[in-house]
Amino acid sequence: MAEDASSPRHALLVRLTHWLTALCFLALLISGLQLVISHPRFYWGETGNVMTPALFQLPIPSSRASVPTGYGYVLPDQNGWSRALHFQAAWLVVFTGLLYLGAGFLTRHFHSNLLPHRASLTWTVLRGEVISHLRLKQPERDEADSYNLLQRLAYLAVVFALFPLMIWTGLAMSPAFVSVFPAAVETLGGHQSARTIHFFTTIALVSFVLIHIAMVSLAGFAPRVRAMITGRAVSPRRTP
Amino acid sequence: MNRISRRTWLAGGLSAAAGVGVAAALARRNGLIPPDAGLRFGTGATLTYAAQRLLTRHSHAREFPRSQISARPFANPTQMKEAAYQQSLEARFAGWELAVEGLVTRPGPIALSELKRLPARRQITQLVCEEGWSYIAEWTGAPLASVLEAAGARPEARYVVYYSMEPGWWDSVDMADALHPQTLLAYGMNGSPLPPEFGGPLRMRVPRQLGYKSVKFINRLVVTDNLKGFGKGYGSAPPEFGYSWYAGI
Repeated sequence: MAEDASSPRHALLVRLTHWLTALCFLALLISGLQLVISHPRFYWGETGNVMTPALFQLPIPSSRASVPTGYGYVLPDQNGWSRALHFQAAWLVVFTGLLYLGAGFLTRHFHSNLLPHRASLTWTVLRGEVISHLRLKQPERDEADSYNLLQRLAYLAVVFALFPLMIWTGLAMSPAFVSVFPAAVETLGGHQSARTIHFFTTIALVSFVLIHIAMVSLAGFAPRVRAMITGRAVSPRRTP
Repeated sequence: MNRISRRTWLAGGLSAAAGVGVAAALARRNGLIPPDAGLRFGTGATLTYAAQRLLTRHSHAREFPRSQISARPFANPTQMKEAAYQQSLEARFAGWELAVEGLVTRPGPIALSELKRLPARRQITQLVCEEGWSYIAEWTGAPLASVLEAAGARPEARYVVYYSMEPGWWDSVDMADALHPQTLLAYGMNGSPLPPEFGGPLRMRVPRQLGYKSVKFINRLVVTDNLKGFGKGYGSAPPEFGYSWYAGI
């Protein structure tokens, strides 16, 4: 993308919200895993407990003696601080997300950087992109200046599908929130369905983060991370 | 994005700080600060409490059709080894009393039998445990609001503290929940007297909050305008081991 040399690779607000989101995601993941350990069984529908059959149960020990896991021991209960950290980080990530969305629409960030070019939205281009990604091909130098098609689609999915779904399913588990908006949980099929979808969305987001870090490493970990911190891309820019 | 000048940053930072200050003062004046706000992660707990108090002013917990009552409910095991409880259990809770104290014009014990003579409410609600599991049951009980009315709760009341016979278990709700029609002193479950494993003979039911607010074996209420003198002053026992006082999430 031809821009003058002083304009940064990533805008300040994108950099700031990226790292805030990364920090919150880490806090939400660690605390969320602790909460799952207190009941590693998942259900579908409205209700579910150890007296009812599970949809599936994670093969891990539990922090509650009342959950039959097959392990002969009970992990320490970490739910107190985990819950508090989970909701504190959830608030921060929601504020960060609103800031990012607001600024993104105002500055046309989504339009100019994330929305795929109409011409690139063909099966041929997509297949080519997938193949070059699967071959772990080093990206071309001009990719340091803009996002490729798969990146754009992945980022759009994270921003406009996975994060909203995460927040929705999280709120759907709140007895106070659904007392005002019962449809938030009823459209998902019930309280336990919301919890199960929340868990699967976590898996999707964790997969994204792992692939994201792998691709950043492939493209050159240090320069890409530096670009996301300082805003400056290191590769020499071609003059417009 | 354009380069942001130092002056813009300073102005932005100052107005954000002023905004937070004004919001905090307004929240304090309107009773939107929970008693455990000073603890670690108190910011998140306060945001949740304030947002939901504004949002849930007229809301009712979801109620379900009879067909959705869980065939197999579950209760976390409790250790009620108390001799007094065991004796009471053997006597089928005939002498169970609920002490009502604090900011009320008619303090004194209310016998369980008296409580059952108050107009009862039956509701089919879900009990959601903070661990993640849940069940639906029909609860029968006296609305806490009618007990407070019978005892003559004074207008300066801000919280109702409730105690379990189980040592160390106590909690409290603000008046929004205390006077809410779905907040019950429940003595019946699925058409039978409340079984001991589910907190019988008497448990609190606060269906707009997580299960841990629905304390079992209730035998004492204290109406107050200040939670400072109770335990460590965080409003309930759970904050003393890391859980938030408000559990509406």
